[in-house]
Amino acid sequence: MSKRIEVTDLNVYYGSFRAVEDVTMTIEPRTVTAFIGPSGCGKSTFLRTLNRMHEVIPGARVEGEVLLDGENLYGTGVDPVRVRRQVGMVFQRPNPFPTMSIRENVLAGIRLNFAKMPKAAQDELVERSLRNANLWEEVKNRLDLPGSGLSGGQQQRLCIARAIAMAPEVLLMDEPCSALDPISTLAIEDLISELKEKYTIVIVTHNMQQAARVSDVTAFFNIAGTGSPGRLIESGPTDKIFSAPDIAATEDYISGRFG
Amino acid sequence: MSTLNPSAGPLGARPTGGTGPLLGGDTLTSGRLPKATTWVALVASAIVGFAISVLATGAANAGLTVLFGYVLFLLIMEVASRVVEGPRQASDRRAGNLIIGAFLLALLPLGSVTWEAVSNGMARFDPSFFTNSMRNVVGVGGGGVHAIYGTLYVTGMASLISVPIGLLTAIYLAEYGAGNRLAKLITFFVDVMTGVPSIVAGLFAYSLMALLVGPGAVFGFSGSVALSVLMIPVVVRSCEELLRLVPNELREAAYALGVPKWVTIVRIVIPTAISGLVSGVILAIARVIGETAPLMIAAGFTASLNNNLFANPMMTLPVFVYDAYAHPGVEPAPYLERAWTGALTLILIVMLLNLIGRLIAARFAPKTGR
Repeated sequence: MSKRIEVTDLNVYYGSFRAVEDVTMTIEPRTVTAFIGPSGCGKSTFLRTLNRMHEVIPGARVEGEVLLDGENLYGTGVDPVRVRRQVGMVFQRPNPFPTMSIRENVLAGIRLNFAKMPKAAQDELVERSLRNANLWEEVKNRLDLPGSGLSGGQQQRLCIARAIAMAPEVLLMDEPCSALDPISTLAIEDLISELKEKYTIVIVTHNMQQAARVSDVTAFFNIAGTGSPGRLIESGPTDKIFSAPDIAATEDYISGRFG
Repeated sequence: MSTLNPSAGPLGARPTGGTGPLLGGDTLTSGRLPKATTWVALVASAIVGFAISVLATGAANAGLTVLFGYVLFLLIMEVASRVVEGPRQASDRRAGNLIIGAFLLALLPLGSVTWEAVSNGMARFDPSFFTNSMRNVVGVGGGGVHAIYGTLYVTGMASLISVPIGLLTAIYLAEYGAGNRLAKLITFFVDVMTGVPSIVAGLFAYSLMALLVGPGAVFGFSGSVALSVLMIPVVVRSCEELLRLVPNELREAAYALGVPKWVTIVRIVIPTAISGLVSGVILAIARVIGETAPLMIAAGFTASLNNNLFANPMMTLPVFVYDAYAHPGVEPAPYLERAWTGALTLILIVMLLNLIGRLIAARFAPKTGR
C-alpha cells in the first residue's frame, strides 16, 4: 500500500507566475519526507502537485513529470480523480464535513464515490480508520454526533482517519499540526510514525523540530526573493540535513540565521 | 536588540518624555451614568416634547411629541454622557440611540400595515371567504377562494420554473464560471433582469403567449412565466452568494478523497449551504407572490375558480384585492371588506411560507454542538 514518487524537472505556475522551478527528487515508499523552508517558497504548492490538487485553482498549471511507481500523473488520459483516490491529503486547517456525523465523515470517501459496502464492513472500516488515527477511544460512543463538535486536534485526527479510510498509496500532509496545541501535535506525530509502516508520507512543516522528529528524509526549499520561484535547495537523510548539510543556505535556515 | 522601555505606552517612545500611557490618563476607571438615567431622560423629554408640541400647535399632537421628545432625549443623553463619561462613551450612546430610533421608525410601517390588515380584514375572515368564489356574487357574500387557489397555482408554477433554472445558473456561476467571459455575461444580464419593471415582465409573458398560442391568450401559466422573469434573477443572485460562502476547504477536502466535482457540489456544497438556499428561494417567492401588474395582464381577471393553469383567466390574490378595491359595486362596503381579507390572507401565506422555510432550513442546517 505504498508507492514511490519520482519527480523530474517539475515547474509549477499560477497563470504566468512560476511558483516552483525545476524540482527533481525521489520519495521512497514507507518513508516520511518532510518539506521545510520559509513561507512562500512553494512547499505547499509543490505538495499539491503530487495529487493534482494544484490544478483546482483557476489558472494553475504544471510542467514536468511526476511518476507514481513509474506512471506519470501528468500523462495524457490520466484522470485527476483517480490520482486523488491513490494519493490522499490532509490539510493545514481541519476540515471535517459540517453536514456529516463522525462516522459519515470517515466513510465520506466511500459514500461520496458511491462504493457499495455492507454495513458490517463499514463499521469495521470506521473502527479501523479511527483506531489508526488514535481517535477511536475518544469518539467511539458518539459516532453519530457531528464531526464539527470535536476539538481542533480531534478534528484533524478525524481528517486523517477520513484520508486513510480510502487506503491511499501515499498520504500528503500540508502543515497538519500548525493549528494544533503541543499535545495534539504529539498525538499526530506518533500517528505519523505508525502510518509510515503502511504508507508513503510527505509532510510540509514550518516546525523544524517536528521535521527532525518525524521524518526520514528532509527537503529544503527556498526563494531568492519575492517574485522569484521557489527551488529545491537540498534534500537528503534528515540526520544529515540537520547536522551536516551540503549547502550553506540550508544550514543558515536550520540554525535560525534566517527565516 | 533594543531594550524595552518599561514606561513607554502602547504607541512606543513618546516624543516629549514623561511617564504613563499616552492616552486615557493613568486610571482604569471612568465615570458611568446610573442605569436609570436613560429612562429618566426618556420620560422627561417625552413630557417636555408634549409640552412643546401643545405650545406650538395649540393641541396635543403625537407625531410632534415623539419628534421633539426624541431630539431632546438625544441632546440630554449627549450632554450627560459627555460630562460624566467622556467623549468616547458619548459617541457610543449617540450612535446607539440613533440606531434604536431608526429601528423604531422602520418598524412603524410594518406595525401599521399589520394592524390595518388585521383590523380591517377580520370582518370577512370567515369560513365562507375560504369556500366561496365570486361567481354570481353581487354585493355581500362571496369569497376569495378562486384567488387563493390562483395565487398558489401561479406562484407554485413560477417557483417550479425559476428554482431549477436559478439554482443551476447559480451553481454554474459559483462553481464552474470562475470569472470566465460567459459567467460575466450571465451575471450582467441577471443584474439587468433584476431591474426589469414588473409590468414589462407581464407584457413579455403576454406577448410570448400571443405568439405561441394566439392573440389575446390570457391564462394562469402565462402569469407564471411573467413571475419567473422576476423571480429567476433573485434566485440566482441569492443562491450564488450563498454557494460562494461555502468554504473552499470543504471542496478541496472532497477532491482530495477522489470525489468528482459534480458529486462534491451535490453532496457537500449544496447540503452545507442548504439552509441559506431555502431562505433565498422563500424570499424570492415572497418577492413575487404579491405582484399585481404582470398578473393583471398575463393571468387576467375572473370571478370563478379555475383549476387549469393552461386555459382561461385565473384570479390571484393581489389582482383580487386590486379589483375589489378599484371596481366596487353599487354598495362598496362588502367589496372593500373582501379586499382587506384578501390582503390579510396574502400576508398570512407569505408568513406561512417563511415559517416552512425556516423549519426546512433548521432541519437541514449543518449540525453543530458536541
